[in-house]
Amino acid sequence: MFPEPWTAEAFAMTVHLHERGVFSWTEWAEALSTEVHRPGRAEDGSDYFDCWVEALSALLGAKGIADGEQVLGLQRSWQRAAKATPHGQPIELRNDPQR
Amino acid sequence: MNDHHHHHDDHHHHHDNRYSDMEARVRALETVLTEKGLVDPAAINAIVETYETKVGPRNGAQVVAKAWTDPVYAEWLQRDATAAIASLGFTGRQGEHMRAVFNTNETHNLVVCTLCSCYPWSVLGLPPVWYKAPAYRSRAVIDPRGVLDEFGVVLPQDTKIRVWDSTAELRYLVVPQRPSGTEGMSEADLADLVTRDSMIGTGLALAPEAAR
Repeated sequence: MFPEPWTAEAFAMTVHLHERGVFSWTEWAEALSTEVHRPGRAEDGSDYFDCWVEALSALLGAKGIADGEQVLGLQRSWQRAAKATPHGQPIELRNDPQR
Repeated sequence: MNDHHHHHDDHHHHHDNRYSDMEARVRALETVLTEKGLVDPAAINAIVETYETKVGPRNGAQVVAKAWTDPVYAEWLQRDATAAIASLGFTGRQGEHMRAVFNTNETHNLVVCTLCSCYPWSVLGLPPVWYKAPAYRSRAVIDPRGVLDEFGVVLPQDTKIRVWDSTAELRYLVVPQRPSGTEGMSEADLADLVTRDSMIGTGLALAPEAAR
């Protein structure tokens, strides 16, 4: 059902935020619909969770909760942290050499 | 983690940690939301676990089997599916309403979400990949008979196919026809005949011999 762990986390975060009243499910469906209808999406639906994460980012951006620039900065920071973390050890944000 | 799939002859190191853009984005969103106190990691884990282990098409199969054996329940399910389903302990997390659509000799029901991927999670769990794919989302409406054919469902030419388009507020559960030769079977045994696809409409309930 969840092809990779991050897809499960993205899904659960969305359900959790909705339960906490951060957005309505209709708002969520609209955000997701916008993403899945973008031109160039995979015919087989294999990029479905990419759409999901883009939709969540966009909705949180629109709500003023997570600024797009800030998220992108953190995204790169996590990528640097992952690269700098030896295999077998937990990846933590503070492992980013540029932090 | 994807590194394990690389071949030995390429130039990637097997033990590199690498986050894909999407993986890192999820981490980034989680970081922001945790800092703001909007997500609780324990709650996130609990939700994942629920959907991975507790919620699935067995829930819907129980609803269908009960409707097959209990005419009073079937009538309730037809009239107020949200309440009838909730009475078995299956409630939607999104506050969505449920509607049960019953297959008959005259009408076969097929569920799609053309908008995105709305799906009756509480009774069917998470949707299969094909349900979310653009091919199914568009063709189910334009050519339902062709889609059913691909799923191996061949209906008599005079059977009408009704396509139900789900929304964020309203989700559909197809109640397939009870197969013949199942008289006297228990509710639990009947539930084994009810497949996920039969509750989406891309399948039929199994014949008793096929389920064994």
